[in-house]
Amino acid sequence: MRTLTTDVLVIGGGATGAGALRDLSLRGIRSALVEKGDLTHGTTGRYHGLLHSGGRYVVKDPQSAEECARENEILRKIMPHCIEETGGLFVVTPADDESYAERFIAACRRTGVWVEEIPVREALRREPLLNPRIQRAFAVRDGAADSFLATHANADDARRHGAQVMTYHRVTRLERVGDRIVGALCEDLRSGETVRIHAGFIINATGAWAGKIAAMAGLRINVVPGKGTMIAMNHRIVNTVVNRCKMPSDGDIIVPIHTVAVLGTTDIPVPDPDVYDITPEEVRLILEEGECLIPGVSRMRALRAWAGVRPLYKDQDAGNDRDIPRTYKLLDHETRDGVSGMVSIVGGKWTTYRLMAEHTVNLVAQRLGVTTPCRTADLTIEPSHDGAAAAPRAPARSQFAILASPFYMLGHRLAEVEADDSYGDLICECELVTRAHLEAAIRSDGTANLDDLRRDTRLGMGPCQGGFCTYRAAAIWHELRDGATHTVGAPPATALLRHFLQERWKGVTPTLWGDQLRQERLDELNYLETLAVDRLPEATLDAIEQPRDVVIEEVV
Amino acid sequence: MMIIPEDHIEQSLEASLDHCIKCNICTAACPVSAVTDLFPGPKYVGPQAQRFRHARQPSPDESVDYCSGCRVCNEVCPTGVRIAELNARARARLVAERGIPLRNRLISRSGLVGRLGAGPHAPIANALLGSKPLRMVIERTLGIAREAPLPAFSRYTFRSWFRRRRAPQIDAGTPKRQVVYFHGCSANYYEPWIGKAVVAVLEHNGFEVLLPRQRCCGLPLLSNGDFAAARRAHEENVAFLAPYALRTIPIVGASTSCTLTLKEEAPELLGMQSDTVRAVAQQTYDIFEFLRLLHMRGELRTDFRPIERTLPYHPPCQLRAHRIGRPALDVLELVPGLRLIETHAGCCGIAGTYGLKVEKYRISMDVGAPLFETVRRSGADMALCDSETCRWQISHGAGVVARHPIEILAEAYGLVT
Repeated sequence: MRTLTTDVLVIGGGATGAGALRDLSLRGIRSALVEKGDLTHGTTGRYHGLLHSGGRYVVKDPQSAEECARENEILRKIMPHCIEETGGLFVVTPADDESYAERFIAACRRTGVWVEEIPVREALRREPLLNPRIQRAFAVRDGAADSFLATHANADDARRHGAQVMTYHRVTRLERVGDRIVGALCEDLRSGETVRIHAGFIINATGAWAGKIAAMAGLRINVVPGKGTMIAMNHRIVNTVVNRCKMPSDGDIIVPIHTVAVLGTTDIPVPDPDVYDITPEEVRLILEEGECLIPGVSRMRALRAWAGVRPLYKDQDAGNDRDIPRTYKLLDHETRDGVSGMVSIVGGKWTTYRLMAEHTVNLVAQRLGVTTPCRTADLTIEPSHDGAAAAPRAPARSQFAILASPFYMLGHRLAEVEADDSYGDLICECELVTRAHLEAAIRSDGTANLDDLRRDTRLGMGPCQGGFCTYRAAAIWHELRDGATHTVGAPPATALLRHFLQERWKGVTPTLWGDQLRQERLDELNYLETLAVDRLPEATLDAIEQPRDVVIEEVV
Repeated sequence: MMIIPEDHIEQSLEASLDHCIKCNICTAACPVSAVTDLFPGPKYVGPQAQRFRHARQPSPDESVDYCSGCRVCNEVCPTGVRIAELNARARARLVAERGIPLRNRLISRSGLVGRLGAGPHAPIANALLGSKPLRMVIERTLGIAREAPLPAFSRYTFRSWFRRRRAPQIDAGTPKRQVVYFHGCSANYYEPWIGKAVVAVLEHNGFEVLLPRQRCCGLPLLSNGDFAAARRAHEENVAFLAPYALRTIPIVGASTSCTLTLKEEAPELLGMQSDTVRAVAQQTYDIFEFLRLLHMRGELRTDFRPIERTLPYHPPCQLRAHRIGRPALDVLELVPGLRLIETHAGCCGIAGTYGLKVEKYRISMDVGAPLFETVRRSGADMALCDSETCRWQISHGAGVVARHPIEILAEAYGLVT
C-alpha cells in the first residue's frame, strides 16, 4: 500500500474538482485530486457544452442567472481557447406562450443578463434553418464550451503549480477519526493497489455522486441525480445557441459545439447516477420539440444520444425536479453535521464551476489558516493539454487568420491540418485527429484507454463513430505502449479496440435509422466481416475503466 | 458582398454531407489524389471539411483548390453526396474572401480571350503563343504553364461564317423543324469546323439551325470560383435562350461542358431557380444525346458511307456527368465499318483550365497518363472526344489528332465542312 500526504484532497475530476485544484494550488496549498475514471468522465464530459448567458434561468432561478452572467464574462477572459463565441438566441415559436417574452426581458434587466431584441428577419438571416414562423428573437451572450479541454487546462495549470492528479483512483473509504475526516483510501483501478491519502481537508466535488461519497463518512446528502439526454446531430445545423423563449423544459435548446449541434435535453430523476438508460420516448420527444425550432430536424442525421446526470441538491421541498434551483450549494459538514475536515460542493452547472471552486476553497483556506486570495478570475489559463497544442505546430501561415483567434473557432483544426499539410496523417478522419495529436495524447499521463483519447482529441466522435479510426488508434497505442512488452499477439490492443467500439455502439443504438443505420452497417461489415474482431482471442484489460452499468434499451 | 445565396439549394447541398458514411470510394476513384499529395481527396475536402466550415467565419482550408472538378466522386458515391458541388462552393468562398488571381481571371474568360485572338490577326497571336521564350515569360509572370496545351485561334469566327453563308434550301414538303445551336467559345474562336459539322449534320436531318446571341456558358468562371461573374453570364444566356426554350425549341451544343453548365452546373451551383432558368435547362441537349433521341424516334437519317476505321473514343468527365450513357458510341455505331473503342481510362487531367496552371500542370499530365498510354497503344492516329479542352490535352499528351465525334459523323454523311 502506498501512502501519501497532502493538505487538501479533492475527490472528483470534473470541472469543479479541477477548478478547485487549480484554485488551491494558486493559493499555494498542497493538494491532490482523485478521480475514479478519466478527467471529465462523469457529468462534465456528458453535457451539451453550453456556456450559459444566464438567459435560461432569468425567470425561474434569478440567482443562477446572475451567477451565470458574471461567470460567463470571466470564463471568456481566462480560457478563451476553450470557448466558442457562438452567441445565443431566445426565440418565441408559434408553440410558445407569447407573454413569457416580456417577463423574460424584464427578468434579464433585473438579473444583469445582457439581452437585445433583434428583428425576426435578422435572426433568420443568421440562422437560415430556424423556424420562419418565430415571432420574436432575443440575442444573448450564450457560447459553446469545450468542457474536456477546460477541465484538462485547469488540471494542468494546477499540476504546474505543484498539485497531483490521480485518475482511475476510486475512493473506497473515508477515514474518520472521531468527528474529523483525516483522509481516504483509494484503489488504483489500473494496478489494483490501495493508496492511503492523508489529507488535512477533503473537498467532495463528486457532483451526482456526492451522496455516495458522503455516505462513506456516515453523512447524508440528498442529491437527486437528474438525468439529461442529448442528441448530437451530424453537423452544425445552427451556428448560434438557440433556445425556446419559455420556461425551461425538455428539448428546448440546440447548442452548436465543435462539428456537431446538440439537441437537448430532458430532466428525469434517476435513483442512482450509475444506472440509467436512454428511452426511445426521450429521443422522440427531443426530436419532436426540436421541430419547433428547426423544422425538419427530426429527419436530419442524428449521430448518437447520450445522457449525463445533474448533481441537483434537494434541501427543501421542491415541487418537481425542475424546480430544484440550478445554483450550487456548499455544504460545510462541520457546521451542518458536526464532522470536520470535509466540505461538499453540489448543484451548480459547468458555467459556474469556477465560482463554486472559489467559494469552496475560500472556506477551506480559512480553515487551514491560509489568507492568500483567490486569483482564478484574473489569471488566464494557458493552453497546454490539448493534443493539438502538444503536437509540433507548423508556423501558422498568414492566410489562416483563423489560427490567430483567441477564441476557439470551428475551422481551427482544419486550418491547422492545412497549415502543416498533415492531412495525409489523419487517424480520425471525421474529426481531423492527426497521428501527432494522438501520439501526444497516448503519451500523456493517466490515459488508460481509447475513450480517454476520445475526450482528449475527439477521436471517434464524428459521423462514422469510430468506424475508421478505432483500429488505427489501437495499433498506434500498441506500437507506443504495449508493443515492447507483448511481442506475440496484441491482447491489450484487442481489448482497447473492443471497449471503444462498445462505447461508441452504446451511443449509436438510440439513433439507428437512416444514414446512421447505413453507417453502422458499414462499420459492422468492417469490424466483423473484414477484421473479424469477434473472433480475436479473449482479452481483458485491467487498465480500462470498470464496466459501467448503463443500460441502453434497443431501439428499432 | 454575398456571393453564395443562402437558399434551399445551399441547404440541400449542406444536408447531402449527412449521407457520407466515410466509405472512401470517392477517394479511391479520384484521379487527382491518386497522383499528388497536394490534394487530400474528395471526401476530405468535401463532406469532411464541410463540417468545419462556418458561414460567418473565414475559410479554414485551401487544398480544395486542387480539386479539378471532374465529378468522378459524385459519379461513384454510393450514398449520393454532392461532393463536387460542395467543393466548388468551398472554392468560391475562398475566392470571395481572398480575391481572384489575375491568371485565373484571364483564363476563365474564354469569350474575351477568344475575341482578342481570333480573326484575321490570328496567325500573329498564334505565332506569339507558339514562341517558347514568350511562353516562359507568360509562365513566370502569369503562372500559365509553358507546356500547357493552348489551342490556336481561328482566322475567322464560326458566327461570321454562319452569317455570311448561303442558307440551305429545306425541302418544301418536310415540316419545318428548328433547333438552336449553342456553339460555345471553342467552336466560335478556335474550332469553327466543329460548328460547321454540327450545322451540316442538323441541316442534313432537316433542321433549320438558329443562332441566337450567346456568351460563354460560364463554366470556367465556376471552376475558378468566380461565382459572381458566372451568375451574370448565365443570366444573359438565359435571357437569350429562354424565348426559344419556352417555345420548346431544343438547344443543342457540341461542347459537352457548355451543355452540362446550361443543364445543371450553373443553376445548381448558383442556386438559380426561376422558371426560365429551368426551361432553358430542360431544353438543352448534348448533340449526340439529341441525335440519339432522333434515332430512337426513327427520325435520324442513316444514309452513311462506310468508314473502315478503328478509333479510340474518350468520354470526357463532363459528358459522364450528364448521366446519359455514351450517346456518341450509340450513334456512331450506325456507321458501317466504324469501330470505336472506349478508353475506360478515367480523366485526361486538363479539367478545363486546371491543367493550364503552372502549379497544376504536372498533376494534370500525371492524371492523364493512363489515357495517353491507352490512346498511344491503340495505334490509331486519331482519337475522338466530345470536349474541346480534353481533345487539346489528348493531342498534347498522346501526340495524336483528337477530333469531335460529330466530325466523323459529318464525314460519314458525306458532308463537306
